[in-house]
Amino acid sequence: MISLAGGSRPGDGYHPQVTTADPLVLARDLSKRFGSFTAVDGISFSVAPGEAFGFLGPNGAGKSSTMRMIGCVSPPTGGELRVLGMDPARDGARIRALLGVVPQQDSLDMELTVRENLILYGRYFDLSYRESRARADELLDFVQLADRAGDEVEPLSGGMKRRLTIARGLVNRPRLLLLDEPTTGLDPQARHLLWDRLYRLKQDGVSLVLTTHYMDEAEQLCDRLVVMDKARIVAEGSPRALIAEHATREVLEVRFAPDARPAEDDPRLAGVAERIEVLPDRTLLYTQDGEAAAVTLHDRGLRPVATLVRRSSLEDVFLRLTGRTLVD
Amino acid sequence: MRTGGSIRILEHHLLRYRRTWRGSAITTFVSPLFFLGSIGIGLGSFVDAGGSALAGVGYLAFLAPGLLASSAMQTAAFESTYPVMGGLRWDRTYQAAVATPLLPRHIAIGNLAFVAVRLVIAASVFSAIAVALGATDPLRGALMVPAAVLTGLAFAAPIQAFSATQRGDAGFTILFRFVITPLALFSGTFFPIAELPAILQLVAWLTPLAHGVALTRAIALGTPDPAMALHLAVLLAYLVVGAVAAAALFRRRLIA
Repeated sequence: MISLAGGSRPGDGYHPQVTTADPLVLARDLSKRFGSFTAVDGISFSVAPGEAFGFLGPNGAGKSSTMRMIGCVSPPTGGELRVLGMDPARDGARIRALLGVVPQQDSLDMELTVRENLILYGRYFDLSYRESRARADELLDFVQLADRAGDEVEPLSGGMKRRLTIARGLVNRPRLLLLDEPTTGLDPQARHLLWDRLYRLKQDGVSLVLTTHYMDEAEQLCDRLVVMDKARIVAEGSPRALIAEHATREVLEVRFAPDARPAEDDPRLAGVAERIEVLPDRTLLYTQDGEAAAVTLHDRGLRPVATLVRRSSLEDVFLRLTGRTLVD
Repeated sequence: MRTGGSIRILEHHLLRYRRTWRGSAITTFVSPLFFLGSIGIGLGSFVDAGGSALAGVGYLAFLAPGLLASSAMQTAAFESTYPVMGGLRWDRTYQAAVATPLLPRHIAIGNLAFVAVRLVIAASVFSAIAVALGATDPLRGALMVPAAVLTGLAFAAPIQAFSATQRGDAGFTILFRFVITPLALFSGTFFPIAELPAILQLVAWLTPLAHGVALTRAIALGTPDPAMALHLAVLLAYLVVGAVAAAALFRRRLIA
């Protein structure tokens, strides 16, 4: 059972029923305000040990602010936060000693070699040089950068820098790894390589908390996630449960020529799908059977220039919940 | 951990310095020779021939400690501007540091420790060259080093704080052009402050360099300066107040 310090304080009626293991992160009504701007507006969530937990949302939804609070480099302005059972306000340094952090910007030392970056970071955690060197070599193998150990950081590709930053975040063998937008700006091949490494970490029992605005990343990596929009959490669950709850099994995506695009209330669309979204570039029809819906459209004389039937994704969940797409 | 944090930052600097020292080697080893040679000996021969009013001391002996304190200021100013901007905004290595158990104040103190190391090296080289040219004797030459290091640190601390308030490096150009260079010229480095108009004398004594030059020179020439304690106190005050301000401003920038 987690101990909420000062549990008798006014308004603190929250006593989570934890049966198996204490949550690694526990937030209740957590807020972050910068002057009159509210970055995070009263969110509650918990992360269990061994879990890969995600914050999915567009830029500016409050994901990074939340990550910085969990990372104990940004004091909350409201609500409760416990990380590894401790209070960031009091035990920030002790918590940070047990966290791994992969920030949105790599923040590597460009004057040093790949290996030196890891060794020095190990020293920041008070590891001996001997231990630091051993872990650096082990981690360079893990992120497949051993052949670049003696090279300077600057000429590395974006994907390599990201992998080095992940290795750096693991140098203290953290109980929890925080990843802020781990694959933003990477090309598809680099992303897949990175996902593979993160997946292996997960298999090895490292708990992950990550933010992303890529729904495929969230689906690939997260056991459970919260969808954030405008500083608040709008949904929570496993990717599959969220899709089941907020979208249909399939989506029929159709594109029309600009002058032939039917409006949302066009009678020819009536009853074809459970729900219809008209986006600037395409029309989405949510249905259990996309093929059948396509046939119906054709029977009613609609002639889209492109037709695609796919399974529903978190993108659709987000669209449903917020009326907007994740990446604009 | 909490006391060792600054040492970790110092280690980081030293490892970087091991890779980059060649870049600053010319300024460290060659400029003292050029300046002491051209101005101290070259210009100095005219000064001395004209019957100098420098209390019976040759111009080279007068100049060497002033130039030492002044170059300590410049080294310290450089190390406390661009690298701080790099850590806070460009490479963001300070953000990486505060994600570990390290605190912003460890960065501020660790940076100062590294500036001290840089200054000990530069001042020792300078001092050795000054002794070799006959500007002072070896013992006094050695004693000049800590005075010059303290002078540099009295600049490094407040300038780090200043750097933390800057969004880009434009302010550094202004700092070097309108603060560092005038101070180097008018703080008693090349001629006694007493030659300045009264109002400029007052301004000069409010800044650390005049005190640093006076302190270093008193040690080099062996002329007891009644204001020695005052010089020390002013330099220490700039160092301590500057370090506290730098730690606070680093914190404001990094923990938000």
